[in-house]
Amino acid sequence: MSRAESLTVRAPSPLWTFGLLRSELVTTFRRWRTLALLGVLAAVPVLVGVAVRIETKGGAPSGRGGDGGGPAFIAQITNNGLFLVFTALAATLPFFLPMAVGVIAGDAVAGEANSGTLRYLLVAPAGRTRLLLTKYVTTIAFCLVATLVVAVSALAVGALLFPLGDLTTISGTQISFADGLGRALLMALVVTGSLTGLAALGLFVSTLTNSGIAAMATTVGLLITVQILDQIPQLHAVQPYLFSHYWLSFADLMREPVYWDDLVKNLELQALYAAVFGSAAWARFTARDITA
Amino acid sequence: MAPYESDDSTNAGEADDLRSGRRKAARYVVPVAVVGVAAATIGLVPALADSGDPSLPKITAQQLIEKIAKSDVQELSGTVKVSTDLGLPNLGGLESGLLSGAAKGRDGSSADPTSKLTELASGTHTLRVAADGQDRQKVSLIESAAEYSLIHNGKDVWGYDSKSNEVYHGTADQAGGKKHKDEVPATPKDFADQALKAADDTTSVTVDGTAQIAGRDAYRLVLKPKHASGTTVGVISIAVDAKTGMPLKFTLTPAGGGAAVVDAGFTQVSFARPAASTFDFTPPKGAKVTEEKDKAGKGGERSHRTAPSQKDLGKSGAPKVIGKGWNSIAVIDSGAKGGIPSSSGKGNLSGFIGSLGDHVSGKFGKGTVFSTRLINALITDDGKVYVGAVTKDALVKAADAGR
Repeated sequence: MSRAESLTVRAPSPLWTFGLLRSELVTTFRRWRTLALLGVLAAVPVLVGVAVRIETKGGAPSGRGGDGGGPAFIAQITNNGLFLVFTALAATLPFFLPMAVGVIAGDAVAGEANSGTLRYLLVAPAGRTRLLLTKYVTTIAFCLVATLVVAVSALAVGALLFPLGDLTTISGTQISFADGLGRALLMALVVTGSLTGLAALGLFVSTLTNSGIAAMATTVGLLITVQILDQIPQLHAVQPYLFSHYWLSFADLMREPVYWDDLVKNLELQALYAAVFGSAAWARFTARDITA
Repeated sequence: MAPYESDDSTNAGEADDLRSGRRKAARYVVPVAVVGVAAATIGLVPALADSGDPSLPKITAQQLIEKIAKSDVQELSGTVKVSTDLGLPNLGGLESGLLSGAAKGRDGSSADPTSKLTELASGTHTLRVAADGQDRQKVSLIESAAEYSLIHNGKDVWGYDSKSNEVYHGTADQAGGKKHKDEVPATPKDFADQALKAADDTTSVTVDGTAQIAGRDAYRLVLKPKHASGTTVGVISIAVDAKTGMPLKFTLTPAGGGAAVVDAGFTQVSFARPAASTFDFTPPKGAKVTEEKDKAGKGGERSHRTAPSQKDLGKSGAPKVIGKGWNSIAVIDSGAKGGIPSSSGKGNLSGFIGSLGDHVSGKFGKGTVFSTRLINALITDDGKVYVGAVTKDALVKAADAGR
């Protein structure tokens, strides 16, 4: 890193931002905590795949699988391993993925404050806005990596345990395997997008406190609260504004033609959450006294 | 945004403190403003998008009805939103369980169209429809992360339930794709056809201005029962596409006021030919396929299961009909003494169902009235069933007269 240079230059060069971002990314992804979270996420598809495999080993596919519930698409896994990707995303999106994101986002600023490194970060002429942006981008990068870890692990398990090939969309039409893979990638991106709102919320919470644990717990607590509120039918008037309300809309990508309405609503809502809580985090972080 | 100078407030005086405190507070204006803009957008955009009713050349009700009759839309695709609010008691998931449970039987498949489309009888649903000529139609019921599709392609009728991965297969000349579609009206056109069939000299039909439905200019046709004393039907409004004459939206408001009982309308429609692959269906590997069996024995049962909204609209079939137009009442002699609806079948349910009705008595004897916001049914203790889109009093009167 160009430390000598940055000491002399008062207004940091744009390249400095990338240097900061790179060091942030390396720090975040080298943490044992991050690796453990990714490991847990990678294990979920393995679990689902093995469970479905054992369940259907007798030859008879569990035709009634869809009646009782279970994650979306689970009935189709035995016919096509690619569906394990969709199932795994549907299974991890309500809780595992956002929990991991909550941990990373909550830790972003408060964790630095907690360990007493925040003021040193600010002594280097990063600027608070820039540091905050870097933290947010790092969190989004984690969202993407976490989603891809789930998807890739699911694809590997699906390919190992189940046949692959042309697949039937939920609308009953057939698409080629390549098309299916493309849709799986698109789904992963949409799922990443679905987490950006929560990431901003977590970052805001993180600027409020000096305790990393408190910020993580608050973010994950908020997540659980919102998920519960989204289940109460009497609250249907506010539910469209809860960040998790349209999360499962990524499954609409498996319709033919794709049903965009809810997907677009989801991304709009995430953008709104990112804007509101991102700017709130900025207002808080640039105005507060850094004591740790 | 310039990087914040973190050292500018360390040695500030009191006045500076105050000023910087104010400046700090001012930053919170940004998130508040974002919330405000978002709220305003959510509130205002639908109002702004509603650019007023389009101006279209004048047309008489007669001409409009002819336009609908002549309408020959063969190719279309679109999204339909159907809301039905019959005012059935809210049983949570129970009523759908009862409906599909009754329909499914032991060997039934969840992909059987009769069991699936009865779900439309309550709540709000999104459907996608596509059609390409007489031989190829598709209706899909959009569910959360799943879909139920009914595909008619040539002589095949396929039902595919993606949630349970079950397939139902029938043939068109045996069962008739049309017939499947007729069982439960889903699109605005189906509803409008039923309503217009029922419209006779007891109905006042007028054209009431224009509307914009799914981005298309439409005339609004209003059907009103002339003698509104007996019937529960208030107003039926049908929005008819000005170019093609296809009904785009159907709304039935009960005489008692309140929300519409049936509200079915396109939210998006296109009259281009849908891709041919839309109608191709091959059962996925490993899916459980149920072939249609000879349903002769089940025919009677099926008529009970159809959505009640259909019965009132002049399509009573075999039962005797008293009255005329909107006041008509179907009389079914079930022959079962005891006054509990034979159609509900299951013995352990009869007590429960009986408790949902009101007990009435009159010259005809005693009976139970089951009411929804549209359809009322009187089941007398001697086993006669009077059903119609009429008020409770009209049912009792009919029963009295029937004696």
